[in-house]
Amino acid sequence: MTVLAVAQRRAGTAFQRQGALAVLAVVVLIAFGAFPNFRSLDNAATILVAAVPPMLIALGMTFVIITGGIDLSVGSLYVLGGVLAAWASQYGLLAAIAVPLAVCGAIGLLNGVLIAYTGMAPFIVTLAALLGARGLMRAVSDEGSTTYIVQNDAFHALGTGSLLGIGNQVWLVAIIVLLGMVVLSRTRFGNAVYAVGGSEDAAALMGVAVRRTRIGVYVLSGLLAGLAGTINAAKLGSGVTVLGAGMELDAIAAVVIGGTLLTGGAGTIAGTVAGVLLLGVIQNLINQVGDLNSNWQQVISGAFLALVVVAQTYLVRLRRT
Amino acid sequence: MTLLEVAGVSKVFPGVRALDDVSFALRPGEVHALVGENGAGKSTLIKVLTGVYRPDAGELRYQGEPVSFATPMDAQRAGISTIYQEVNLIPLMSVAQNLFLGREPRTTLGLVDRARMDREARDILAGYGVTTDVRARLGSLPLGAQQMVALARAVMIDAKVVVMDEPTSSLEPREVETLFGVIQDLHERGIGIIYVSHRMDELYRICDTVTILRDGKLVHTGRLADLERVRLVALMLGREVSDVRREGFTVFSGDHAAADDTPILRVSGLSSRNRLHDISFGVRPGEVVGLGGLLGAGRSETIKAIAGAYPVDSGEIEVDGTPLRHPTTVKAVAAGIAVQPEDRKAEGIIPGLSIRENIALSILPRMSTFGLVSDAKIDEIVDRFMKRLRIKASSPHQRVGDLSGGNQQKVLLARLLATGPKVLLLDEPTRGIDVGAKAEVQALIDELAAEGLGVVLVSSDAEELVEGSGRVVVLRDGAVVGVLTGEDVTTESLLATIAEAGA
Repeated sequence: MTVLAVAQRRAGTAFQRQGALAVLAVVVLIAFGAFPNFRSLDNAATILVAAVPPMLIALGMTFVIITGGIDLSVGSLYVLGGVLAAWASQYGLLAAIAVPLAVCGAIGLLNGVLIAYTGMAPFIVTLAALLGARGLMRAVSDEGSTTYIVQNDAFHALGTGSLLGIGNQVWLVAIIVLLGMVVLSRTRFGNAVYAVGGSEDAAALMGVAVRRTRIGVYVLSGLLAGLAGTINAAKLGSGVTVLGAGMELDAIAAVVIGGTLLTGGAGTIAGTVAGVLLLGVIQNLINQVGDLNSNWQQVISGAFLALVVVAQTYLVRLRRT
Repeated sequence: MTLLEVAGVSKVFPGVRALDDVSFALRPGEVHALVGENGAGKSTLIKVLTGVYRPDAGELRYQGEPVSFATPMDAQRAGISTIYQEVNLIPLMSVAQNLFLGREPRTTLGLVDRARMDREARDILAGYGVTTDVRARLGSLPLGAQQMVALARAVMIDAKVVVMDEPTSSLEPREVETLFGVIQDLHERGIGIIYVSHRMDELYRICDTVTILRDGKLVHTGRLADLERVRLVALMLGREVSDVRREGFTVFSGDHAAADDTPILRVSGLSSRNRLHDISFGVRPGEVVGLGGLLGAGRSETIKAIAGAYPVDSGEIEVDGTPLRHPTTVKAVAAGIAVQPEDRKAEGIIPGLSIRENIALSILPRMSTFGLVSDAKIDEIVDRFMKRLRIKASSPHQRVGDLSGGNQQKVLLARLLATGPKVLLLDEPTRGIDVGAKAEVQALIDELAAEGLGVVLVSSDAEELVEGSGRVVVLRDGAVVGVLTGEDVTTESLLATIAEAGA
């Protein structure tokens, strides 16, 4: 192998890992110059707070996608989690947090067990869970007509309070993301996640508990989606039934833009963080350009996604030669 | 004392008695060769020993105790490690992670101790002649080094028995030496090794004992040094020693071409970037032309270039007098060129489809009327080729992936022949298939040539090349350095030409 080829490969790998971060830096720099309103602490806080639910959902999705799976149920679980949290807040702070986590975690467990033991495709299983969770949410909220108001002041305060000028939920997500990084890169479970996605058969022969690993990532994904909904309910003071449609696709987009391979086996949480922030910043910028319809955000996100996938395909080919 | 043994083991699959009252014993420190044709029961026996299958009858004893392994993992935990023919590791993870997966050293906090893991991985691998960045992705290593990592991993798990299924098939000569060194080391440490290989030289070099299986039955077991090579082959094939002596190890019968025929394939001045330089040769109907040379001499590239699958800068290709301009794979097939690629798994057959579907794939385009194909017509063609090529299968609907290597190769040949080609390009047609099936494939090649096809044969097996070809074109560094014809087509002159060209 020539020096050039090695350099090219290294550059390729680096781009796959840090590409989203580089693009994010460029976009932020441009925004600093072009949009005076972008350069404020307030605006930065807005971006971060808006990024909280997608960040949690994309974090779980990163684990799932690295195992080579997909979780389409997270958008529904996010909404369900929010409604359940608002409803359960009448029974106290603990219930407001525990009920949505328990229900969403259980649905994640169901996803994981079905996928691990029946060999059904994750796409189908989690699609079924998406529909099921949506139905459950409608049943709880009387077809969406009842909006539960958060009854517990302590719970609401958690969602609206802040520490050192930064919202509680941002702190919480930062801690969870850091924990996620440690789990993925520094634990046996994390290594098993990569191994299952890299080659399921080889992983099984090497003694990795493939089923347990698969179940683990779907439980994690369900829990994080439920937590995202819970945080949102605490912030808004009510369980909103109409948000969250398509959240699963935004999360998948952020994960892929962050350099995680859809085929599994490779990816990082740092990349996902950059991917989520990148989509958030683009949304924010489009809001700043007054005469641009916010639907353009989706067009631009879509274009980014396509670009990243093309780049990934090219890199995979580069690495094979 | 025996380390691992089976007594009177039988295993029946629907329609096949894969193992019939087989006994086998491995002693500590022994290197035990397990040989037999494909379908003789070697893989089944290994799978019984390693916990993949449970025997229908008979007993498995490990270190003197009767045992029963529910899964391969149970066998592994007990100290029986298997290295599979295809490397079974995770290409996207680092070398060190692959080595330690599931057994990573941990810090007091319970987190993976990466520094220690990398350091230990470096030390362990150095003992296997692998000096690489252990943090690099495993997939970026050459296949041989990956195999060494698999071996290191297998031995690391306090293995008492190591099963190696064709471990040298993807290794370079230098790596084979390292492997033999490791085997010697294991032998001295009292680890028992079961060694499966089709390469006689290797068996005689490193194995102490041999067990020969044929049709699921034990035909011989004993010291390998006491068994003459020709007798080993005779036992494997179930033929008489005198037959093997007379016929040799290959079954090609010679030249079928009439000297005055015009070439059915003519290649002249074929050049491609810096890989192929001005290659010219012709193939007459009924002739088998061998392409000789070392690995990397440009044999596979030449074949691919003729088939339109490798970029060509200049040169002419003529099939039956018609020039093939700017060859693409589609044009080449239309012109009557059929190519059997080197790696039949990756580029040839589709293992998940049935025999019938695999054969039908190639004929669909030319058999359809307004896009519709008659099932009866396909059945007829599939049936004809299965008979003609003597494909052994329970039915045309059997999955190709479940067939033995030799039969997979025949399905591939059937698919090529179904297109009615004029020229057949074969790249390593007998690689990885056992002696018996090899003979059958060779006989088929011979028959096909006799029927008037022009055949180009690439083989790393010098004997096969020399006995199979009427003429051998010798390549080196992408250029023709000699042509052997008539009496000159011998292994000695082939090697001499390759060696001379190197001087």
